[in-house]
Amino acid sequence: MFLTLSQVTKRYDDHTVLDAVGFDVAAGERVALLGHNGAGKSTLMKIILGLITADGGTVSVHGLAPGSYRARTQTAYLAENASFHPSLTGQEQLRYYLRLRGEDPRKAASLLERVGLGAAAKRRIGTYSKGMRQRVGMAQALIGEPKLLILDEPTSGLDPVSRREFYVILDELAAHGTAILLSSHALTEVEARTDRIVILSSGVMVANDTLANLRQQASLPIRLQISAQRGKVDEVAQKLSGERRNGLMVDLVCNSQEKLARLGDISALGPLVDDVDVITPSLEDIYSHFSKRGNA
Amino acid sequence: MNKVLATAHSEFIIALRNRWVAISVAMMVLFALVLSAAGSAPTGAVGVDKLSVTVASLTSLAVYLVPLVALLMSFDAIAGEVERGTLPLVLTYPVARGELVLGKFIAHLAILSIAVLAGYGIAAVAAIATDPNALVGIPALFRLFWSSLLLGATFLGIGYGISAFARRPGAAAGLVIGLWLVLIVLYDLGLLAAIVADDGGTFTTHYFPWLLLGNPADAFRIYNLAVSDATAAAAGLTGAANSIPAIHALISILVWPVIATVIAWLAFRRVTP
Repeated sequence: MFLTLSQVTKRYDDHTVLDAVGFDVAAGERVALLGHNGAGKSTLMKIILGLITADGGTVSVHGLAPGSYRARTQTAYLAENASFHPSLTGQEQLRYYLRLRGEDPRKAASLLERVGLGAAAKRRIGTYSKGMRQRVGMAQALIGEPKLLILDEPTSGLDPVSRREFYVILDELAAHGTAILLSSHALTEVEARTDRIVILSSGVMVANDTLANLRQQASLPIRLQISAQRGKVDEVAQKLSGERRNGLMVDLVCNSQEKLARLGDISALGPLVDDVDVITPSLEDIYSHFSKRGNA
Repeated sequence: MNKVLATAHSEFIIALRNRWVAISVAMMVLFALVLSAAGSAPTGAVGVDKLSVTVASLTSLAVYLVPLVALLMSFDAIAGEVERGTLPLVLTYPVARGELVLGKFIAHLAILSIAVLAGYGIAAVAAIATDPNALVGIPALFRLFWSSLLLGATFLGIGYGISAFARRPGAAAGLVIGLWLVLIVLYDLGLLAAIVADDGGTFTTHYFPWLLLGNPADAFRIYNLAVSDATAAAAGLTGAANSIPAIHALISILVWPVIATVIAWLAFRRVTP
């Protein structure tokens, strides 16, 4: 495991922000950290980076203390709304970060090219849009192929195309063995792009598993949406003991074991039924299921 | 060391773009020119060359201006990074906080030296052009130059300390102006009032010299005027401070930058991004 957290606890006065959080991230693994605003995601990330210290528990970055000099040489960070000095150009800013990492400042041009800022490299960051600043942040996070990448809502302010490009870069890094921990509010983009999901709710870790396993654990009901023949909707609803939704549709709710049997019932109705849609629980549903459980 | 220089380079570019270099140089040159013009009137002092007189005037100028320029450059150094949100990111880099402060310090001190060099240089040229004997005063001018940098270094360090302590640029700006007023203007007035009230008692003989030496600006003035031949041109408290040995003042102006740097480092260490 590249990053290991165990019983990490943080309190501000008598308010507990993180309560005994423990999980790990292996080299090459992409883990999504989900949670409401104020769930403790950013605090946890800052503890991993060594920017703030935990009140209890341990964090190990490849066996090193978080924020120690050697841990920092292997870790890169990108925050939501990355900000830089407005008077510097993108290139100057990146050359500075390269020198801080002991890398050749001439790599700045190719890094900016990689995040699509080649043309704006010599303009001052003060003239950049929010998305462009976020790209500068991405470029600096790529310096020196970090072993651990901590990304706090990295795609905020990026358009859909830029988001996709961003995740392509992340996949490349993960393929080279970078451990990635990222938080996001955009659940759908996390769904396809991460290997595991950790959910924080009011500082408590309520889930830590692959999406498929979480789906199973949650065993949320599946919705079957049936379109009936014109004028037959009451008959269909009655025969299936379902609920009439409008003049055409009937809703059925079942769990995953009952699904096939219910579909059989529906097809047995033959010409009464026009069409059927199976609506499985989305990541949003699973997320709110686990978040609610944490609050209970 | 590379990281310190990288930080210094970056800060210098920023100061250049923010016109801080131009403003500092313009301020020093303008005041030096005004002083030279005022000092060109006959002083009546026999045997004193023009450059020495100029150095005495420049000393009084530097006491006000050098700390002011240093504080104006430094107050934003840490509070500005906190407010812009650039501090957390840079602190995740493998660079020590001391290295960051040192980098800023080198850049700001370089700007200050350019400004001081320009101002003093113009005043010196004006003095030498009108008085052939003025070359005698060159060592005094050189001494004024390096002691001005030490004075600037002290106030840069204090400025960083205040910047880290205040965390908001607005609050830091208010604090540095207040500090400048107290240390540079009110301090001497207070001491004068105390001397008058004391009327030659133990305060004047025992505590007063130490209180003067304890203030970096006063120590700077005492040192430069005590070792120059132009004490006659000095006014105010320095006349009363003639009894203080120059070496004590020199120690004060050498020790203060160290104290200020330690203050800056301690204050910055406490900042949680």
